[in-house]
Order: sequence, then structure tokens, then C-alpha cells
Amino acid sequence: MNKAHFSAICLCLMTLTSTCSLARSFDYQLKPIKVAQDTYVFIGKTEDFTFENGGNIVNTGFIVTSEGVVVIDTGPSLRYGQQMKEAIASITVTPINRVYLTHHHPDHFLGNQAFEGAPIYALDTTFTNIKNEGAGFADNLYVMVGDWMRGTEATPATEVAKPGRISIGDHQLDIMSYSGHSSGDMTILDRTTGVLFSGDLVFNKRTLTTPHADIKKWLSTMGELNKLPFKVVVPGHGPFSTDKKILGEMTDYLAWLENTIEGAVNNGLSMTEAIKLPIPKRFSSNAQLQQEYSRSVIHLYSFYENKVFKRVN
Amino acid sequence: MKNKIILLLACLLLTPPSFAENLAKDPLNSVQWDDMYEAFLKGRPAKFDHRVKVIAPNYAEDPMNVPVTVDASELGDVTQIVIFADFNPIPLIARYYPQRAKPTVSFRFKIQQSSPVRAAVLTNDGVWHVGGVWVNSAGGGCTAASTGRLVGDWSDYLGEVYGKRWSKSDSNRVRFLIHHPMDTGLVAGIPAFYIEKLEFKNTDGEELAVIELFEPVNENPVLSFDFKAKNLSANILMSGTDNNGNKFKAEFVK
Repeated sequence: MNKAHFSAICLCLMTLTSTCSLARSFDYQLKPIKVAQDTYVFIGKTEDFTFENGGNIVNTGFIVTSEGVVVIDTGPSLRYGQQMKEAIASITVTPINRVYLTHHHPDHFLGNQAFEGAPIYALDTTFTNIKNEGAGFADNLYVMVGDWMRGTEATPATEVAKPGRISIGDHQLDIMSYSGHSSGDMTILDRTTGVLFSGDLVFNKRTLTTPHADIKKWLSTMGELNKLPFKVVVPGHGPFSTDKKILGEMTDYLAWLENTIEGAVNNGLSMTEAIKLPIPKRFSSNAQLQQEYSRSVIHLYSFYENKVFKRVN
Repeated sequence: MKNKIILLLACLLLTPPSFAENLAKDPLNSVQWDDMYEAFLKGRPAKFDHRVKVIAPNYAEDPMNVPVTVDASELGDVTQIVIFADFNPIPLIARYYPQRAKPTVSFRFKIQQSSPVRAAVLTNDGVWHVGGVWVNSAGGGCTAASTGRLVGDWSDYLGEVYGKRWSKSDSNRVRFLIHHPMDTGLVAGIPAFYIEKLEFKNTDGEELAVIELFEPVNENPVLSFDFKAKNLSANILMSGTDNNGNKFKAEFVK
């Protein structure tokens, strides 16, 4: 190949590359939505991870207190965290006071790097879970959303959050430790505004996910959440709501899921047969219903099999 | 070594033209299809047949445990069902011989990357009927060490069988889990170690079915069968061996 040819090819490649990067600016289009006094959220799509959405399928938020900004979850990637920080700066010049991570799933903490320097709080279980599974989660997200993840590394929390009431400037926050969606689910109830950040203990108009779920514990946690005096709930996924009935809808689906899977195992069905079972119409307004039900069967089936199978040798 | 290569080349050159040339276009568009035919189905005609149902989720949520059901109940007399995944480093997953059993079987397997998962069903007229689906995967199921290896406690449970039997009007459904690491041999330092064969009879001496398992079947396999013995109330006996000579037995009572 002569030099002229080589340069021509290089030029073509460069043009191609720059066109690609123009088409992909990796902008999550994060818009802070005010849900109460001092309180803003970023609402993600009710989709699964794709190359198109870059993992923006999650809700994150922040509270502007007189002693700095409290950030709740950091999103699925370094870029998300950085863009979140920019969006926060468009609302307030107050520095970041601290970050809370609701739990250890990748869409909730992989933006941590962007908040380096601020203390990042997580429950002790979440602390351990990120240490054990964080790197694997990040690898998996690279596969699922591609270059949106560039530069992202699983960065652990820096402080253990103790459950209890805490005053940060003019806001009083109840940090609560539950489980069910995962082994460590933090919720934050802002006593000053009545906003409940539920993490993934609540999904709204989006079918819940169960990769680390314990349905019995989750159901009992829902009972606890129901007693909380909140005015607005910001779920982990799906639109925020002022209506307590979204908790009831969660409980309804969780109970149905447990009965259905336990029933299928008791009736001798295989996993694939259980996946084919009909889903009641009342759940059909929740995004990703069939897909998440199928995933839940795969996550939960062996737990119930182990209860039904008896030693035969 | 050199002789072996020459022998291999000679075999390849001398291989008579196969039925693969006359095969209908693979509905799953896999470049591996011809090789799969050569490897597992050679010598008999094969056709794609929608009556062979391979049911699996389109995404491998857990690449170490992909559930699959093969159902060939709409075909006539079935003598053998071969189940394989084109792009697995070890494609062959299981061979099922339903003697007095419905031509349907369910289990879980490990998938290494996105791949067609197929069942070829041999009917007594000597024709392979082939069905299949694509299963997408982020990958890694075959080259990750089993949990039992990672925890190191697999030998404490080896060969323990947990299961249950359900009596139906025309058959007995039997589902069970058998503790075994099912090592593929593709993880450094861990040789292939897997259950090779499980045979099912009943206490009346009726032979019900035989299944041969291969490396890709999941750790602590969970299998489902539907047996159609003449005497549906007789106890069902399972016996099996792995490639290290360990023997397994279980009994499923009414």
C-alpha cells in the first residue's frame, strides 16, 4: 500500500469516527424536577438497560439544605454522575454535603466517581455488597450499554450509614435500613418536607426486579413503609407519586409473584412452564412486565424448589 | 501427533457428501449449523420442524443456569432427542432416550455466549426433526468455576438427590436436583467432572428412559421428566454415573 492510499484510508476512518461521536454525545438529558421545597429528582426511563438509554433507567435526587446538598444515588455511570453534578450546579451553588446510596445495584452507585471528595454513605450490608459484586456489575453494564460507561469503575462507599434521625442544616432526615429488594435497602424520609426516597423498595408503573430479592422480607418491609408519614414517594424506578396506593400495588404484585412461583413449584412445573403462566391484567400498566416476570422466575425458582424437594436417596 | 493429523485430514477428505447439502436454510441463520449437523446428526436426513418446541427465555439472565424445555409431543414415536447449543465451546448438552416417557424434558444449562439452542428429535422413521431458539447472553457460563468449587464444599454433597414425584392420569412427573459440580474442564486447574448418564426404571422392571448429560448441564442439575409406565403406581428408580465412576441412586415413591 502506498502512502497516499494509506492517508486516504486514515482520513476516511477519521471522518467516520467523528461522525459517530457527533451522533453520540452521551448526554443523559438530566432535568431536575422539583418535587417539594429544596427537593429535586431526575426521573429515568422505565426501560431495561440499552445502548440507546445508556442506563438512564433509574431515579436519583438531591436535597438542597442550608449546609450543602444531600445527593441520593449516583446513577449507572461516571458520565451520569458528572452530568448529575452539573445539573445540580444549575440549581444551587451550595457544595455537596454528602451522598447516600440506597443499595448496591449498579444503576444506583456507579456514578460515585463523580462525587469523589464528598463522603458517600451506605448501609453496612451495601458496603460489603459493593465490595463483593461491584466490579462484576460494572463489567456487565459495559456489555449492556456500551460506551456510555467509559471511564466508569465501581467505587465503594466511604462511610457506613447508621439508621436513625440526622439533622443536616435545615433538614431532618430519617435514615432507615430495610431489606427485601436486596439484603440492604436504605430509605430516606425527609421529615422537613415529607419526601420519601424509597430506593428500589418501590417501583411505580415499572415491574419490580428481583435479582437479590427475598419476597417475604420485601412484603414485610412494604408493611413498614405503609406506616411512614410521607407526602411524596420517589421510587427507585418510575414516576414519583403523592398517592400511597402505589405501595399497595407493589404489595399486590409481590404477593401474586410469590403465590404464583410457589404454586408452580408445588404443582411440579419446570421453570420454563412457570414462565408461560398467565399474568393478571391488573399488572399490565407496569412496563417490562413479561420480561421481569420471566427474570423473577429464574431468580426465585430454586429457593422454592429447595423447600418442596425432599431427599430421595 | 503428525500421523493423527494426517488421519484426521484423510477422514475429512473421505467424508461422503452429507445430507447437510440438501438441508433447508437454517431458520436461525447460524454459521455453525452445517458443523452441528456433521457432529451430531450425520447419516440421517434432518428437517426443521415447528413441532419440535424448544422453550427458553430469549436472554440468559443467569448464564450458569439457563432453563430450557424441549417438547416433541406433537411428533410420533420418538427414539432420541439431542440438545445442543451451536456456539458453546462444548456444544452438546444432552441426549435423551424416552422409552416409556413423554418426549419432553426440562433442565438448566450453562451458556458461554449468545447461541442457537436446538433440539434434534429422531423419530422411528429415521428422520431428525429440528427445532430451536436463539438465547442471547452476556456470556461466561462455561468458563466460570462452579459455586461448589469456589466455596470448596462440593464433595460434602456430591450425589445427594432431592426431588418429588407428581402423579397424573397418564404419567408421572418427576423433578429432582442432584448435587454435582458439573465442571466443564474449561476452567484452569479444574478437570471436566460431570454426570454422564442417568437411567430410569420402575420396581416392575419397566425401562422408562435414559439421559446422557454433558459438561454444559448446570451445576447441581435440576431435571424434569414425564414417565408413562404401564404401572403408574410402581416406584421409580434412578441410577447414574459420572465420568469419575461415582454412582448415584434415588427412588421416587408415590
